[in-house]
Amino acid sequence: MIYPEGTVLRYATVTRVNHWITAICFVLLTLSGLSMFHPIFFFLSALFGGGQWTRAVHPWIGIVLALSYAGLVYQFWRDNFWTPDDTAWVRKFDLILVNEEEGVPEVGQFNAGQKFVFWAMALLIPVLLFTGLVIWEVYFSAFTPLVVQRIAVLLHSLAAIAAILVWIVHVYAGIWVRGSMQAMTRGYVTPGWAWRHHRKWLRGLTGARSPGPTSRPEGVP
Amino acid sequence: MSGLQSQDYIRRSASTLTPPSARRHELEVAKLIDVSRCIGCKACQSACMEWNDLRGEVGHFRGSYDNPHDLDPNTWTLMRFTEWENDKGDLEWLIRKDGCMHCEDPGCLKACPAPGAIVQYANGIVDFNSDACIGCGYCVKGCPFDIPRVNPTDHKSYKCTLCSDRVSVGLEPACVKSCPTGAIMFGSKSDMKAWAGERVAELKSRGFANAGLYDPAGVGGTHVMYVLHHADKPSIYAGLPNHPAISPFVELWKGGVKPLAVAGIALAAIAGFFHSVVAGPNEVQPEDEARGRRLVDREDDAR
Repeated sequence: MIYPEGTVLRYATVTRVNHWITAICFVLLTLSGLSMFHPIFFFLSALFGGGQWTRAVHPWIGIVLALSYAGLVYQFWRDNFWTPDDTAWVRKFDLILVNEEEGVPEVGQFNAGQKFVFWAMALLIPVLLFTGLVIWEVYFSAFTPLVVQRIAVLLHSLAAIAAILVWIVHVYAGIWVRGSMQAMTRGYVTPGWAWRHHRKWLRGLTGARSPGPTSRPEGVP
Repeated sequence: MSGLQSQDYIRRSASTLTPPSARRHELEVAKLIDVSRCIGCKACQSACMEWNDLRGEVGHFRGSYDNPHDLDPNTWTLMRFTEWENDKGDLEWLIRKDGCMHCEDPGCLKACPAPGAIVQYANGIVDFNSDACIGCGYCVKGCPFDIPRVNPTDHKSYKCTLCSDRVSVGLEPACVKSCPTGAIMFGSKSDMKAWAGERVAELKSRGFANAGLYDPAGVGGTHVMYVLHHADKPSIYAGLPNHPAISPFVELWKGGVKPLAVAGIALAAIAGFFHSVVAGPNEVQPEDEARGRRLVDREDDAR
């Protein structure tokens, strides 16, 4: 991909592909999972070819998502350590909510909200994976006693609901903070976006001559 | 059993609306299994296979009369044999015909996510509509008696239907018809309880002080009941639960989490929408762009 001159590279191609595999899997899992969770959502099973297909395909999508998210964890875990700045940022959340970001600590690569989403998913997805394996009737039902399966199905639904709530926050933040979605679809942001939302990150990029402001294809030094 | 419309549902799985239930003046039925009269001949097992056209795989001998050794998708009823030593040190051979208990409050139906895959008729019979079954195995987790079995080939769950097809046309279940000793009786639940009362009284007169009827209240009573000589300890009969009830984990999952989760998701989405209406989008301002540009340009100049 060619990034327009004067823009700032935010997510490299491999990151974006990894993210969108995760995102597509998450949406499919939410639709198929909800259809098996509450009758008002059962109609969603038609999107997957009916109830039997939904039941059959849901766990496989889950496997893909777990692997894909492991890729995101591998790429991002260092950038998501919690810092005192994040705590200070959270304290100013009332200002952030009304779009007043002056007086809020400068943000690095990720803000506290993004870090929360990252770690919440890093916790919930393994829970969903392992409880999901326990209740994967076709292959694994014979390996655990019924009481374990009952606990697993309860935990699976609780973790799934938590993950869906986190996902709603994540998607809404991407819509609310204009210009963010482009970072994940096209890979670049404008210097103004970086200045407004991730100033410390922008300062670091410009200071270190890292592949920040660029008119070159990525990968070219 | 499906195909013929029954219009006498009192419960229907994964349904938020009232199922067709106009024809509901029939009597509640019950099967009474008098364990004290059972001779373990397995005629009921054979009759069940015959009527329902089930043929299980030939298994392996595991040192017990249980054959096959467990319920499976092709074995909807099973004689379970227990050698039990009583207080006097005497051997008692306890033989229990296992299968669906047709709970008044069925855990399978509560857990089932597929609309109409499990129904309960006004006569109390709990029936699986296999066409609607998605093969998830939630019924297995919901059942307090560990009865349903998912067929790995067609991914449908199966269990005793109480011969709902026979009962609907006025016949008794096949197992009842085949029993040579009258250990399995079928009729209205009130008649069966009256008959069980006579049997329990007789057992008590013969020295079984703890004889009694197994119609566990924890699942609202059942439409398959046992007369037990030792009703004080049902578990000696090959693990018949002493106090069966739908697991609290299943109750929490289907009772609390299900509606609250949907409300929570809806609220989160609505909150996002109204935040957008109230606070509006967070947009990059021209001055942000200018200052960001300046920082970047400074760097470019340095290059």
